[in-house]
This record gives sequence, C-alpha cells and structure tokens, in this order.
Amino acid sequence: MKIITDYFKSLVLIELLKGLMLTGKYLFKKNVTVQYPEEKTPISPRFRGLHALRRYPNGEERCIACKLCEAVCPALAITIESEQREDGSRRTKRYDIDLTKCIFCGYCEESCPVDSIVETHIFEYHGEERSDLYMTKDKLLAVGDRYEKDIAANRAADAKFR
Amino acid sequence: MVSIEIDGKKIQARDGALVIEAADDAGVYIPRFCYHKKLSIAANCRMCLIEVEKAAKPLPACATPVTDGMVIFTKSPKAIDAQKGVMEFLLINHPLDCPICDQGGECELQDIAMGYGSDVSKFTEKKRVVKDKNLGPLIATDMTRCIHCTRCVRFGAEVAGVRELGATGRGEHTEIGTYITSNVSSEMSGNVIDLCPVGALTSKPFRFSARAWELVERDTIAPHDCIGSNLKVHVCNGREVVRVVPRENEAINETWISDRDRFSYEALYSDDRLKTPMLKENGAWREVDWETALQAVIVGINKTITDSGADRVGALAAPTSTLEELYLMQKLMRQMGVNNIDHRLRQLDFSDQQQAPVFPWLGQPINNLENNNAVLLIGSNVRKDQPIAAHRLRKAGVRGSKIMTLNAVDYDFYMPIMAKIITSPMDYKHQLAGIAKALLAQTKQPAPNGFEKLVSKVKITASHQAIASALVEGSVSSVLLGPQAINHPEASTLRMLAQLITLLSQSQLGYLSEAGNSVGAWMAGMLPHRVAGGKDADKTGLNALEMLHKGLRAYVLLGVEPEIESAESVIASRALNDADFVVSLTSFSSEAMRQYADVMLPIAPFAETSATFINAEGQWQSVAGVVPPLGETRPAWKVLRVLGNLFGCSGFDYITSDDVLTEVKQLTKDCQTDNTVVWCCPAPITTNSNADILVRIAEVQMYAGDSLQRRAQALQNTHDADFAAIRINKACAKKFGLKDGVKATAAQNGTEITLPVVVDDNVSDNSVLIHCGLRDSAALSTDFTPISIRPV
Repeated sequence: MKIITDYFKSLVLIELLKGLMLTGKYLFKKNVTVQYPEEKTPISPRFRGLHALRRYPNGEERCIACKLCEAVCPALAITIESEQREDGSRRTKRYDIDLTKCIFCGYCEESCPVDSIVETHIFEYHGEERSDLYMTKDKLLAVGDRYEKDIAANRAADAKFR
Repeated sequence: MVSIEIDGKKIQARDGALVIEAADDAGVYIPRFCYHKKLSIAANCRMCLIEVEKAAKPLPACATPVTDGMVIFTKSPKAIDAQKGVMEFLLINHPLDCPICDQGGECELQDIAMGYGSDVSKFTEKKRVVKDKNLGPLIATDMTRCIHCTRCVRFGAEVAGVRELGATGRGEHTEIGTYITSNVSSEMSGNVIDLCPVGALTSKPFRFSARAWELVERDTIAPHDCIGSNLKVHVCNGREVVRVVPRENEAINETWISDRDRFSYEALYSDDRLKTPMLKENGAWREVDWETALQAVIVGINKTITDSGADRVGALAAPTSTLEELYLMQKLMRQMGVNNIDHRLRQLDFSDQQQAPVFPWLGQPINNLENNNAVLLIGSNVRKDQPIAAHRLRKAGVRGSKIMTLNAVDYDFYMPIMAKIITSPMDYKHQLAGIAKALLAQTKQPAPNGFEKLVSKVKITASHQAIASALVEGSVSSVLLGPQAINHPEASTLRMLAQLITLLSQSQLGYLSEAGNSVGAWMAGMLPHRVAGGKDADKTGLNALEMLHKGLRAYVLLGVEPEIESAESVIASRALNDADFVVSLTSFSSEAMRQYADVMLPIAPFAETSATFINAEGQWQSVAGVVPPLGETRPAWKVLRVLGNLFGCSGFDYITSDDVLTEVKQLTKDCQTDNTVVWCCPAPITTNSNADILVRIAEVQMYAGDSLQRRAQALQNTHDADFAAIRINKACAKKFGLKDGVKATAAQNGTEITLPVVVDDNVSDNSVLIHCGLRDSAALSTDFTPISIRPV
C-alpha cells in the first residue's frame, strides 16, 4: 500500500509543490536581509565588542587598579601594573588588553566595581599588524572618551535588568 | 588534661586552655579578630561566640577556659546566629573599599564576611569616617577600616614594650592612633601590619604595588642580625620581591620579625644596584662581559702576586655573606698562598684571637634567653642591634628576671632594668673587674692566677655587688657581650673578665655578634689564623686592621664597603685607593667604590642566591634563592667557583651550592660549641687615670649595618636612621662650649669632621657618641678611641 501512495506522490510532484509553497510564502513577507555595511542590524545594549576604559564626568579615570578583571580574565588577556599616584590614590601605570587573546566573554566588565572597563558596541575594527590589536591604557581611554555617550546610553538602557 | 567535646568531636585539652586554643589544636576553626595566640586576651570583637551546653548565652571562645565535660558547638544555629549578628555590627562602619585596599584578598574581615556577612546592610545611617594617622615611613594607615580589635595596641604594650598606639574615645568615637602626634618608632613596628586583621595598617613601601593573589610565597632567612629570623618573601611575576613577612619559627623569631628584616628588600631595586660587570680602564668605567671581567681579575691578582708576593694581597669579606661564599673565598685565597683573610672589619683588638673559641656564639639557644633569671649585657644596644633577642630578654625582664647593663649610653631597653652602669667605654674594664672582685668576695672562690694584683686598685661599688649577687642567685644566668664590647679596643681584656665573671657566677658567656653570619664566617675559616672547622692555619696572615694599616698591593672584597664598614674608615679608604689592584665582588656600587676599585663583579644579594646562614645560636639554616638574579648578576659562590678554575686551583668543581655546603659540613663536624677560653691574666688595670679623656663611642647606626640596609629607602627615612651628629651629654657640652643644634668639629688621630651637636643626657660622661657606618661620619678615623671636640 505504501508503495502505491509513494508512487502517486512522486507522480504529481507533491513534495516539489510543498517546497515551492514555502518559497512562495516568503515572496510576500517583509525582507530581512540587511545591506551591510550601508545598513546595520540592531544590537543589544549588552553587546560585547571592543573594550574601553571610562572616565568620570570630571575627567578622572575610573579605574582604581583593583585587578579584579585581570584575575577573572579566562584568556589571561589583561595585564595591569598598579602604583600610588602622586595624590595618593591607587591607579594603574599599565593597563593592557591583548585583543588577540581576548574571547569577549565580558567577565572583565562584570567584575569591575567602578564600571571602568566596558565592552562597547563597536565590532568593526581591524589591525594591520598584531600590535595594532594590543590595546594599551591610552588607546582604551581614547575609545572610552570617544564613545562615552553611547556607552552611557547602553548602560542606562540595561540598568533595570541588572 | 580535661576531655571536652567540640562539634561532636571528643578531644583532650590542656587544663586551663581556652576554648579557642583547644579548637585550634583540634583543627576546628572559630572565626576571630582580636584573638592572637601571642597576645593577651581582649575579647572585644566578640566574633568567636560559641554555644556551650548549659550556658544561657553564647560565650566568647577566646576568653572561656575549658572545663571537664564541656560540650561546645561552634556551628550550631545559636552560635552561627550570634556570629552573624556580630559580623553585622562590625560591618556597619567598615567601608566597602576592598577593591582599593591592599589587604583585599588576604583580609580576615573579607574572608569572614564571605562566611558570616549578610548581602544587604540594614544600616542606612551615615558611616563613620576616621582621619588617617601618619605613623611614619613604614606603616600606611586607613583608619576608617579599623574594627578596634586592639591587636596593634596590645602588640605595642606587650611585645614591643612601648605603648605607641592606643585607643582614644569611646563607642562610636573610638579611634586607634598615637596618643600625641608622632610616628611609631619601635624597631619591630612592622609586625602590626601582619597583626591587623583588616586593611587599616598596611605596608607603606608595598602600597598598591600588587594584589595578594598575584604573589608567590617563598622561604628565606634574614641576613642582617645574628638571629637569622625566618622570612617569607612575596614574589610578584616570579621575578620581583615586593614584600617580606615573618615565617613562624618558635625557636627563633616566633611570629615576629624586626623592621630591618622586613623592609631591607627595598635595596634590591635601589639605583646603586650593580647589574653588569664593570672594568676600569685608564680611569674610566666600562661595562664588560663576565669573561673580560674575570680575565682582568686573573691578570691583576697574578701580576700582584708575581711582583710583590702573595703576602701583599688581602681578602676582606662581609660577615653578612653566605657560608658558601665565605668558605670558597678563603679556600681560593689560601690555595693562591694568600693568608691575609678576614671578616672582622670593625674589630680593633685581635690579641687573643689564638685562644678564641672555634666560633663565638650566644652560648645558649635563642629561645633560652627568656628563661634567664639574670642577664648582664655588656656594650650592647640589644633592642636596636638584635630586636628579636631584645624581645626574648624583655619577656624574661617582665617576668621578674634581673636584666643588668654595662653601657656607654643609657639606652632605653623598654624593659625593667635591675641595675645599670653607664660609663665611658674606657672604663668598662674597671667595672667588669669590680664585678669580678665582688663575685670573688661573695663566692669565696680562689682568685685565678694574677687576678689579685690585677684588681688591687679597683673599688667595689654597690652596683658591682648587686650585679654580682644577681648573677650568682640566678639559677640560669648569662653574661652577653654586644658588638660594642666585641669591637672594643680592649676587647680581649673585657672577654677575659667577662669569662671570669661567668665562671665565678656559673653563668653562660654569650656573644651577640653583629652580623647575620658572623658565626658562619668563623666556621668557614674566613680568618687569618684559622681554616674551616676552627683548625689553626699553617701560616697566620694579617688581620683586617693590619691589612689596611700596612697598605697591601691588592685587595679582594666580598660584599664589603670597607671605607664605611671598617673600624678605621679613613685608613681603609686610603689603603684601598693606594692599592694597585682592587676587585670588588659586590651587589652595589658606590661613588667611593668607583674610586678605589679596578673591577666590580655584580653578585647576587640575599634572596637572589642560595644561601646558608649560621645564626648566633649555631643553627645552620639553608635556603634556596627566591628570585632570579637581576641583570647579569650571578651568585657569588658561582663567581668564586669559576675564579677558582681560572686560577687553576684544585677542588673547585662544584655543581651546586649544596656541594659546597656538604664540604663545609664535613670540615666542621667536630666543632665544639664552647665559648670558654683558658684564663690568661690581662695587663694590670690601673686606676681610672684616663677619666678625663673624651672617648668616641662608635655605635653602628641602626640601619647602617650592611650594604642592603643602607640602601633601603623606607628604613633610611625612619627615626632610627639618625643623621650623623655629635651626641654628648649636657655637662660635657658645657665643658667644651657646645650648644645643641650648633655645629662642632671633632678631631681624632689627625682627622677632622664637622657635624651638628645633639645634647643627649643618655650619653655617659667623658664620651661622645658619633654613629659609624654612615658616609657622613666616615671621615673620622677610629672607633672607640680618644677624640677632641671644639665648637666651630
């Protein structure tokens, strides 16, 4: 019996029509393809992209060299050296993230007690040599300074879920 | 013994033990802040509350003695509830600044808060803020973090012997601080850093440099004083020493170390550190590789030996060097026919060196010091020289033992002193003779040969009688010779009299030698007259003083800076500058060294080399290097081994430093630990004819003893690292027309120096204290000899 029904199904091309029907349905649906890079997909405020070091509104760097991010980093991508700054406060004299090691897990951001190290929404960056992907304190602070508005907005958007 | 039950575990506890002690012994942890096994019980933090069967309320484990049949619950709901309640109160005012706190990661409060703390605080009022105190260059404070456990206060009162910290105010307003605004100056003050269970007191030189979890802990031994305190070195990134803390050793340093041992590591990274071999060519220094430098040494020494003979070459070593280094140095020198070998740079009197014991030692184990009933200290500022020994003696003194001193300066020992004789150094022998004479009269023993005549003119005073009877009455008593007696110009007489006193009073004779490996240097044969193991050398060479006086053609220096470390600094400086060839195996270079040296070989200091130190009690302590040597630096034993090969000496095929150690052990296995020497009557002691002569007391300044301490910045900033000054008492100052704070000129043997005057009534009559070991006072000729002073 099964042999007979299978024969008929193949004779009237019912499987083919089923497939074409699915294709046909999408003809009338809204287009989802994004024309990158002219167009971009929306990204979550929790997106974990390029790292940045933030400052307080008065210009003081937030990082206090507690080294929790260094300790928590599973890829050992962060290197910190700390010192006592002239005004007696605890600061980093070196804060490096090796992006070639980083796995973008976001633990550094989670562990930071002062919201200093953050992962921004930036994912479009490149380096022409390996050293370009070695982020020093100055580079990280520069990223933070440039995107502070976006970073603050993202964190505000996510604040109620934290 | 009583039987108790802790958490269902039946254990036997010592009668009268506290519950917390019994629990610690049984391996049951009870949280605590104020309790410390070496301090008295305060029971003020209440963290150790436990439930005891049939007790209505929770009891503090640290203040509750065990009783037979006691049933204790440390983790019952009632106990945990009590502990959580206490924790909540403790955390009310504690700031949440763990991320910037140096204690973070090793904090008792942090740990216990993880176990007993609540996630949310019910406290909504304002937190208390306490102003930070400036406790000096060693201890950093964040007093808001203080939980008032009072460990630091009790440490000061009970261990250091000086109440510098205290609690003022009550309740919410309690603050820990100094009573009057001043630094903490105790020589053991660094221990409060370890004691503090929170981050209120932390190390200033270490401040913010690393986190606890980055550090690796490695064992080593302190090379500075003759105690040989056990240390743990905290190493960051496997290469940098960032902190030193004590390693518990009940027989030596208990749980304490002196500030000297704790902070001297800073010198490892000082600017003076020599990192590559240096060679002087036509008066200009140039960095060279090891091969060139060693070749220059071979050529230089061989040339001197061929031109002037091996007896025109001398070797001087620091008594802080390791046993292996000292042994290899003397072995190398002796094989080349050089017998001028010495480590006793500060010694002035060598006349009895042939009779000296195999190694002058403490005469007893260090922990036995506290069992003494009577101790006579001669020429010793024990609190500054050997803080750990002073702590042991203090324990005895507080218990009621009779501590007596014979000193040129009335030092404050922070302990009850039964009798003290403060007199000019030139008068020591009269005083000792007086004590011996009093002893003879008291014990009615026969006087040794020639003694009657010796002391016929010496008068017995009440102090002599008191000291003599205390020594006789004490069932365990000691006579200890400090560095100022060992390095005295009449040291042999003092030694002989001290020994006579010990024989008559049946007490122990002991030496509080000045450096970490003085005993080791004697054992290793770093002496002109003895080889390793204390056997007489075939040919006796010149001692340190003669070597410098006679002006040899070549000198080999091992870790010494004779221009400040020698008893005759001016002569040392002249001799070295006049020599044809000076090679210095050193960890640090200095301006003076660059003047006189021809080759400088960088050797690894303490912590960078495997080492054996023999402390004053004769304990051999061997440790491995904890960090790799800096730059091109190499351990000195390796350098000496290679030099041995290059000079063509035999028996220099060591592979590890253990091979060297095994060889020394083999040679010294028959060494007798006996300080007694055969009585030989000293020259007659006349009446105090030189009473009016002004004598220099040359105490080594507390943090100037060796090249490491001199370069440890934090130590140099303390009160104890005094500036060079002419210290004199009021009467003498008046006599010579000197005023406090005004400069004066001191002249001695044709040398002169101008320094500020400090009027200090602790200095004895007819003497003037000018610290030695300092570059500022090195221009003055000799230690402990007549000096004249005039206003500028």
